[in-house]
Amino acid sequence: MSLKRRDFVKLCSGTVAGFGISQMFHPGLVKALEAATEPGRPPVVWMQGNGCTGCSVSILNSVNPSIADVVLKVISLECQETLSVAEGSVAVDHMLEVAEKFKGKFYYISEGALPTAENGAFCTIGVDSKGKEYTVLEMAKILGANAAACVAVGACATGGGIPGSKGNVTGCVPLHKYLESQGIKTPVINITGCPPHPDWMIGTLVHVLTKGVPELDAQGRPKMFFGKNIHDNCPYLPYFEKNVRQKTFTEKKTEACRADMGCKGPLTGADCFSRKWNNGTNWCVENAICIGCAEIDWPDAFSPLYSPVV
Amino acid sequence: MATNEAYTAPEAGGKVKISVDPLTRIEGHLKIEVTVENGKVVDAVSSGTMFRGFEQILIGRDPRDASQITQRICGVCPTAHATASTRALDDAFGVKDKITTNGRLARNLIFGSNYLQSHILHFYHLAALDYVKGPETAFFIPRYAKPDLRLPEDINKVAVDQYVKALTIRAQCHELVCMFGGKMPHVAGIVVGGSTEIPTKEKLALYLAKFKDVEEFITKEYIPTVYLVGTVYKDLFSCGAGWKNCVSYGVFPMDDKNTKFLLKPGAYIDGKDVALDPAEIKEYVKYSWYDPSCSNLHPSKGKTVIDLKKKGAYSFVKAPRYMGKACEGGPLARMWVANPDLSPIGVKELKDKYGIKAKKFRDLGDLAWSIMGRHVARAEETYIVMNAVKEWLKDLKPGKETIVPAPVPASGEGIGMTEAPRGALLHYVNIKDSKIANYQAVPATIWNCSPRDDMDQMGPVEKCLIGVPVPDVKNPVNVGRLVRAFDP
Repeated sequence: MSLKRRDFVKLCSGTVAGFGISQMFHPGLVKALEAATEPGRPPVVWMQGNGCTGCSVSILNSVNPSIADVVLKVISLECQETLSVAEGSVAVDHMLEVAEKFKGKFYYISEGALPTAENGAFCTIGVDSKGKEYTVLEMAKILGANAAACVAVGACATGGGIPGSKGNVTGCVPLHKYLESQGIKTPVINITGCPPHPDWMIGTLVHVLTKGVPELDAQGRPKMFFGKNIHDNCPYLPYFEKNVRQKTFTEKKTEACRADMGCKGPLTGADCFSRKWNNGTNWCVENAICIGCAEIDWPDAFSPLYSPVV
Repeated sequence: MATNEAYTAPEAGGKVKISVDPLTRIEGHLKIEVTVENGKVVDAVSSGTMFRGFEQILIGRDPRDASQITQRICGVCPTAHATASTRALDDAFGVKDKITTNGRLARNLIFGSNYLQSHILHFYHLAALDYVKGPETAFFIPRYAKPDLRLPEDINKVAVDQYVKALTIRAQCHELVCMFGGKMPHVAGIVVGGSTEIPTKEKLALYLAKFKDVEEFITKEYIPTVYLVGTVYKDLFSCGAGWKNCVSYGVFPMDDKNTKFLLKPGAYIDGKDVALDPAEIKEYVKYSWYDPSCSNLHPSKGKTVIDLKKKGAYSFVKAPRYMGKACEGGPLARMWVANPDLSPIGVKELKDKYGIKAKKFRDLGDLAWSIMGRHVARAEETYIVMNAVKEWLKDLKPGKETIVPAPVPASGEGIGMTEAPRGALLHYVNIKDSKIANYQAVPATIWNCSPRDDMDQMGPVEKCLIGVPVPDVKNPVNVGRLVRAFDP
């Protein structure tokens, strides 16, 4: 079910607008696309730790390309707890087998935080056919050490998120911190967001498959999606400059700045202001406020979420 | 190495223990272990294998943060947690009776469109592959060597096509959620005091246009397909009854005083209907990894103190009980309690394909308390919510206020009860010095997948597993089918 080059380019041009459609047709890139998609689709293992499955649900919302095209034509999604038919030891065996068979060649997508307290007892993910039970921590080590590259998706996997925030007893940490602590040097790309926009996840995957790891910022995030400040690019910025501010969520909806409602746009770098959400339908600032979920130190650095910062 | 067979271990007396861990295609991490004797399940254990600690994490935070933080309990039904949380905050902030009509309707619309998303996702992407043969490629393989897939080739092909189409339709449902919710998963638009966006005429028209595709899919494809699949798996209408106790808190307020709901609250205990009394809800922890002092408490007195060394404990899930009974929640519970008319599609399908004359949900009788019965309940409920969304869309007034001022109180407490797509959901908040002093969440799957309680009664899923046929212990397909029918 491999994909023809032309179709692949067509498929991805919507999502990867971040790095420019014109580049998609660059001869060098086209060659890379061919290498990536023919003959076999690159194997991907997706594993969930302490999270809410929201990242998995969000990636299902991909429109350009459609999620069906991504999983049937672009990648080979070997393991994904929310979608996989396999259950029980069949699923765990398969995960171990992919890590072994495609050592150095598969991509590991990590969703959820990794609970390090109590030897990882706060999340176990299953038993293999020998009856051995794995903590998510053990399996993250196996996958991290064997993968070609890791992509951490969502607030939990990139910064610890809510499970890793103040008051937790689980010792939850993000993937890159855990791999560092184990001396594992496989590159980790961080796609922040609670959840991340589907385009951020799929756009990054496509970039990794075709051109390698994209240019990253200090938080390990692809600059093509997280490089611009929301406040500086906000359609309501002119009202901030004129000091016209909402006093309630519904007041002067299209003609006021949300700063007094607690908007965290000034502290947040993500392209929500132009990309918008759910097929361009709406976005948080248009509807209410930005709570800063695309920053790696969310939620603690942004809580209380509804208190003004500027 | 891979065997494509379940991990099993022999037990005394010719019994076999099967481990289904992880139970995939759900939200979260769940382990199911069953003991099989003479081809049937004779014992079952349900273990929640992940702990995040939301309740401790919320302590000391601004109460308004709760409706954002708790949405992240579940990425499939964040709108349910937003609803329960804001209802608790409305109560604690003293604005429960002040929510505007437009605010209530906008909340219903956000929550309702996600109900449609959740039910479609559940049937096609979580449950269907227990009955439908997917293409011979990842992630449809590997699967059990003998998966008991019985659909005739032509019907199977239609089902696979619908699987793909449903991916688009459920994403479209998220677009509907997003119209007044801001983004999805995890909405910005449901907050204490109401909803953040006053509808415009243009937006309502756009909503209706997008909704049409969803409506067509539900009525022409989803509901008929559930009944069609049921005809091929008729045996699955006669297993998985369990305790036959259920609870529903009621969902979608139909008036501003919160006296009427689209699906009414109530409980069904030992064969009798009883009015819902929230005081009858208690959580037990004898078999959960929590300190014994956390047991036998109403959520308003609830405590969450971890004890990983506790003898006999096997789950991070507490055991909530109503009137001391293990009750199931979800579409079957809501439909049984409310007993609405069946959809015209359902009435016709039941007559034509099953030879059953049924008008009301309870006319299904014991067929409802089964693996397939739970799928039918969910499909029938989708029809009701879909029609309600259409009505709310008409009732919403462009330009009318959706929010009332709700300043953070110095102190207060509040309870928020609603129904997540997968069952009864309760949030409780206690505020001191304008900060959260205690927060308790009792989500739906805590009810359904709970372990045994202090009285040693099995949890609802555990009990339902008893008697489920497992003729081939290496391919225990009916275990996953039963558990997934609850949409955990």
